[in-house]
Amino acid sequence: MLIMSDNRPKPSAREGSGAVYLPHWRRRVYTVLGLLLLTGVVVTFATTVGSVQIPFFTTFRILLSQLPLVDITPSWPGTTETIILEIRLPRIILAGLVGAALAMAGATYQGLFRNPLADPYLIGVAQGAALGAVIGFLLPIDSRGWGFGIIPMLAFTGALVSVAIVYSLARVGKVLPVTTLILAGVALGALWGAIVSYLTITSGETMQGILFWLMGSFALSEWSEVRVVLPYVVGGATVILLYSRSLNVMQLDEEQAQQLGINVEKVKLILLIVSTLITAAAVSFVGIIGFVGMIIPHAVRLLWGPDHRFLLPLSLLTGAIFMVIVDLVARTILAPTEIPVGIITAICGVPFFLYVLRRRRTAVFF
Amino acid sequence: MIKLEVENLSLAYGRNVVMKDLNFQVSPGEMVGLIGPNGTGKSTIIKAMSHVIRPHSGKILLDGKNIAEIPRSELARLIGVVPQMPLLPSTFTVFEIVLMGRNPHLGLFQYESARDMDITWQAMEKTATQSLAERRVGELSGGEIQRIVIARVLTQQPKSILLDEPTANLDINHQVEILDLIKGLCREANLSVVITLHDLNLAAQYCDRLILINKGRVHAQGTPGQVISSSNIGEVYGAEDCVYVHPVNGLPIVLVKEGNNQPAGPEDIPGSNITPV
Repeated sequence: MLIMSDNRPKPSAREGSGAVYLPHWRRRVYTVLGLLLLTGVVVTFATTVGSVQIPFFTTFRILLSQLPLVDITPSWPGTTETIILEIRLPRIILAGLVGAALAMAGATYQGLFRNPLADPYLIGVAQGAALGAVIGFLLPIDSRGWGFGIIPMLAFTGALVSVAIVYSLARVGKVLPVTTLILAGVALGALWGAIVSYLTITSGETMQGILFWLMGSFALSEWSEVRVVLPYVVGGATVILLYSRSLNVMQLDEEQAQQLGINVEKVKLILLIVSTLITAAAVSFVGIIGFVGMIIPHAVRLLWGPDHRFLLPLSLLTGAIFMVIVDLVARTILAPTEIPVGIITAICGVPFFLYVLRRRRTAVFF
Repeated sequence: MIKLEVENLSLAYGRNVVMKDLNFQVSPGEMVGLIGPNGTGKSTIIKAMSHVIRPHSGKILLDGKNIAEIPRSELARLIGVVPQMPLLPSTFTVFEIVLMGRNPHLGLFQYESARDMDITWQAMEKTATQSLAERRVGELSGGEIQRIVIARVLTQQPKSILLDEPTANLDINHQVEILDLIKGLCREANLSVVITLHDLNLAAQYCDRLILINKGRVHAQGTPGQVISSSNIGEVYGAEDCVYVHPVNGLPIVLVKEGNNQPAGPEDIPGSNITPV
């Protein structure tokens, strides 16, 4: 006990400088590293679970053996390795990437719009993607179910076209008023939604495929999809992180942000483009997974505070962890039947979120 | 130290011109007050001077350089603004809000250094906001928010400060505290200060020069003694015979009484023992 109290930081060290009122960057980096480690553990654990039971340490060693500079003599059958590396791992990595992308985009939109109800789908990305995907389903082209083929490409195009229309509707001269953008996005989204509903109910036998896509699923994920989504998420996240302090200052309001040296219109445009791209890339392959993009940033904000420099990376990691766990539940709980992952995000996520909300109910929410 | 010049400035919202042909200069160490009735465009001038809105015509010069050509972050190191009734995000702590004043001084990936913290802490000491450091903005009063924003502008360490009604929400003791602070900084650090005030008495007491604006045009410009005259106040505000002399320092003061504020009528208002100037 005596030793412990000796190790405690001296309160006089920086007292009177105000530094105690902002968490030191080192402490925050440790939190990020801790979550990164947790992501690794969750991914490894998720890989062990499935119709074929594979022990945790075998999984761990198979994963390790894939890393460069690691030399482990295989003591496991080749089929086990195939199950882990070719079936489970791409799916889990894709789930993590999609969760990360949606949470990151959600946090960015919430910051950009200064609106607690904002999510990545607010300005018409999802509805545009859905319309593109449904058109893909109805085209008389064999696209092998809804694997990598015509559907993701049409969904991606639909998402981008939709946001481009919203943007050009909302823009006034050189200025992009946020409220107009949201209103145009919601209105156009409703229009796409109506068209999607009509096409869905008249689609006949493809209806189940469409419904499954609309609720989101990671079934049939392959490395080829990971390879497409990964650059979007990594590149997009990097760009967004560069502007994270600008996002903090923009929480004041646009006028004050400009007076504090932020080129508001430029930052808005860049962040809008980037978060739209990562959202579109994520939903194009796995469908419209709701809820993650709105709730994860809120939970992170309640737990670790509103500073975007840490809110953004922590949302990214929390989103990835959350999505891997949710997908794990979706594919195991009623195995061999799969439940659309969008249903599980709500069922798992809402209790967790309400718990955090209750625990911190003294804090101001947004 | 920086010289502010406003040259033939006209401002408009759409086609609605709200300010025409404004000309004035502010030297380092000088405090210039913008006064005039509500809706005459005082706040719009502050917005134009911080390049939040573009002038309809004319220009604003900082040491001879047009502010439209200065990048935002550089401009924010030169000019700091205290907006009227600023909106602040309620989840951030007071310390974090004040610290945002360091933004124009930080690079892309830079985290606030111990020096930034010290500057912030000193600014909070000057504005008596240190005790609020950990509070969230949602819990604060209007006057406290006003002081926080002034602390933020001090943290910004600009060469010139523009203030839009900084005392609007404050009690008289805080009004005096804030204006003393601003005046002191203006003199000590040679800042060029432009302040809008609707309180003519505070304006007369604190400003070196006043610009009286009415209906989008300059009505009078000069020392408080020249601008706050019975005729000017009568013409602009319609309040007749209400300018007196401060008993202590001889500056003009404006005192109104019931029924005073009638559009320049022909009859004298009876019942006054003090003779107006």
